[in-house]
Amino acid sequence: MTARVLFDKLWDDHVISTREDGAALLWVDRHYVHEGSHHGFARLAQRGQALTQPGLTYGVADHYVPTRGRDLPIPDADVARMVRTLDDNAQRHGFRLFGLHDPGQGIVHVLGPEQGLTLPGMLVVCGDSHTSTHGALGAYGFGIGATEVAHVLATQTVWQKKPRRMRMVFSGQAGPGVGAKDMALNWIAALGADGARCHAVEYTGSAVRALSVEGRLTLCNLSIEGGARCGMVAPDSVTLDWLKGRPFAPTDWNRAVDIWSQLVSDPGAEFDHEVTFDMATIAPIVTWGISPEDAAPITATIPDPDRLSDPSRAAQVRAALDYMGLTAGRPLDSVTVDQVFIGSCTNARIEDLRAAAAVLAGRRAQVPGMVSPGSSLVKAQAEAEGLDRIFIDAGLDWVASGCSMCVGMNGDLVAPGKRCASTTNRNFRGRQGPGARTHLMSPAMVAAAAVTGRLTDVRPLLQGRMV
Amino acid sequence: MRGWSVEDGLAVGLPLENVDTDQLIPARFMSAPRSAGYGGFLLHDLRQTAGPDFPLNQPQAAGASILIARRNFGGGSSREAAVYALVDAGFRVVIAPSFGDIFASNSVNNGLLPARVTEAATERLLSATPCALRVNLDTLTITGAGDPVAFELDPVWRTKLMNGWDDIDLTASYADRIADFAARRRETAPWVWPDSAGGKAADL
Repeated sequence: MTARVLFDKLWDDHVISTREDGAALLWVDRHYVHEGSHHGFARLAQRGQALTQPGLTYGVADHYVPTRGRDLPIPDADVARMVRTLDDNAQRHGFRLFGLHDPGQGIVHVLGPEQGLTLPGMLVVCGDSHTSTHGALGAYGFGIGATEVAHVLATQTVWQKKPRRMRMVFSGQAGPGVGAKDMALNWIAALGADGARCHAVEYTGSAVRALSVEGRLTLCNLSIEGGARCGMVAPDSVTLDWLKGRPFAPTDWNRAVDIWSQLVSDPGAEFDHEVTFDMATIAPIVTWGISPEDAAPITATIPDPDRLSDPSRAAQVRAALDYMGLTAGRPLDSVTVDQVFIGSCTNARIEDLRAAAAVLAGRRAQVPGMVSPGSSLVKAQAEAEGLDRIFIDAGLDWVASGCSMCVGMNGDLVAPGKRCASTTNRNFRGRQGPGARTHLMSPAMVAAAAVTGRLTDVRPLLQGRMV
Repeated sequence: MRGWSVEDGLAVGLPLENVDTDQLIPARFMSAPRSAGYGGFLLHDLRQTAGPDFPLNQPQAAGASILIARRNFGGGSSREAAVYALVDAGFRVVIAPSFGDIFASNSVNNGLLPARVTEAATERLLSATPCALRVNLDTLTITGAGDPVAFELDPVWRTKLMNGWDDIDLTASYADRIADFAARRRETAPWVWPDSAGGKAADL
C-alpha cells in the first residue's frame, strides 16, 4: 500500500463515494450546531425534512449568550430569540443541547474536545470557521456554511473536493513567553492570510510535540486565519492522556487507542507543500493591522508603507494604519491600549487562564478588561485553582463563558476608536464592534498589556515566576 | 436555485485586499431571517464610514452585478450571510485573485460565481471599472475590457452553477450507500455514537 499522510487516512476513512469530477461524499461523525445555525435549520424546515442523526448532532449556546446576569431573563430581545430558537430546534429534533444553563455550557470549540465528543479519527463539522480547532486531537475538522449545515442535518454527509496537503514543521524549542499563539501568528505573517488556502495542514516538529493539547487546539484553531481548510496534529500519548476519562470518551478505550495509533503520516509519505519554522526565530508576537497577517514581534516597529515595493500591499498597510490610528515607524511596545479581553475559542482554556494569571498575580491592571473562560467547566476549574481571585484582584471582570467580545454578537463590544489587547482570532475592521481596534496576542501578552497599559514584551514580567 | 451560464452586467471595482466576511456583513445583522433581505447589510460599516467616495456608494455603481476585488476576498468566518448580502444586493459574480475557501463554497451554493483571475488581470479589470462585462461559464472567460480574461473555477462548481443543483436532492440518490457506510462505521468506530457505544451519559 502506498504511504499516506495523516490527512489521506482521515479522508479515506470518511469517503462514501467519489464522483468522476472529483467531488467526494464524506460521512460526518460530529455535527456541532449553535444559535447561529438558524439559517441551516430554517432550510431544513423549508424542505420539511427531519434531522437524520440526532445522536451525532450536538448543540451549544455560545455565540449570542450573555456573559453577565445569566440567572436573569436576557434583556436583548434579538439575543433572547436566538437562544430560544436553538432550544426549540433541540426540542423539535431531539439532539443533546449544552444550553445556556447547562453546567457543561461553553464555546463549541472548547466544549467539544473537553467533553470527549471530538475524538481522534473523526470528521467534525460546524457552521463556524474555527472548527479547524478540533484537528488538534487528530480529527478532520472544518467550518461549513448554512447550506452545508442543512445538508449535514438532512443527510449526515458533506460534499468536498480533496484539499492539497501541507506539512508545517516547527523545529527547536519555544523560548520563555512564546507559545502556540506566537507560532500561529508567525506562520500567518510569513505566508499570508491566504497562505494555506485550499490546503489541509499537518503541524509537526519538536515544538508541536512539546505543546499541550490546549496549545495544539490554539494552533489548529488559527489555521483558518492563514486560509487553511483544516489543521491537525497526529495524536500521541499527550492526546490520549488528555482525553482519557472525559465524559464521552470511548468505554472500549483500548480498542479505540489501538485504532488511533494508525493516525500518523507514514514514513516517506509526501506532502504537496512543506514549510519549516525555527523556534529560535519566534518571539512573542502582536498584530498591528486589520488582518491576522499584519503581525510582528513585539520588539519590532510598525511597518512603513512608503518602504514597501508592492503598491497594493502599501495601500493595504496605509488603510490598516489609518483604521488602527497608528503611525509608521513607531515601536510596537509604545502603543497604549484602552482595555483588554481574555477569552474566545482561541485562548480561553485553563492553560491560557493560568498563563495570564501567572503574569497578573500580585499586580494591578492599568486598564479595564474582561476575562471570559472558554467553558463553564473551565470557569469552575479556574475558580477551584483561585485564578478568578487573581483576575479580580488585578481589577479585571470575571464573567461567564461564551464567544463574547471576540465577535460581539451578545453585546460585549469594544467602543468605537477604542484599542483592545485581545486573545482572540480576528483583528478585522469592526470585528469587536464598529470602529473597534483589535491587537491579537497570547494570553500572557494580554496580561502584560493589562499590567503596563500598553503593548508589552511579557518576557521581563515573567522573570522569577512559575509559568 | 436556478442555473446560469452567461452574465452580462455592470462591473464595479473594490480595490482592496482581504475584504473579510466581517466587513461583507457585520455580525450584528446576522440574526435577521433571510426573508428580511440582506442586501442593505452588504459592506455596511465600510460604506457608512468611507462616505460618497466608496465605490459602491457612487451612483454609477447602481445595478452592478459583478464585483472585482484584490486577493483573499471573503476570508474569515463561515457566515453564509456574507454571500446572502452580495446576492441580495444583486451580485452574481465576484472576480479576485483568491477567495476564502468557505466563502467560495458558500457562494456556489447560492449561485454566486467566485471567479479566480491572475493579479495582473485583476489590476487591468479594476482600472477599467465601472464598465459592462460579460462573464461566460461555458468558456470560462470575461470579456468587455480589452483582451478576454480567462478565469479559473473548479469543474465541480462550474457544473453546479450551470445546473443550479441542490445538493440535498443530489445526495438523496446516494441513500443506500450512506446507510451501508453508517452501518460499517458503527462496527469500526462505535464510539462515534456515544449512547449506543456505552459512552457515559451526557450529565455532568
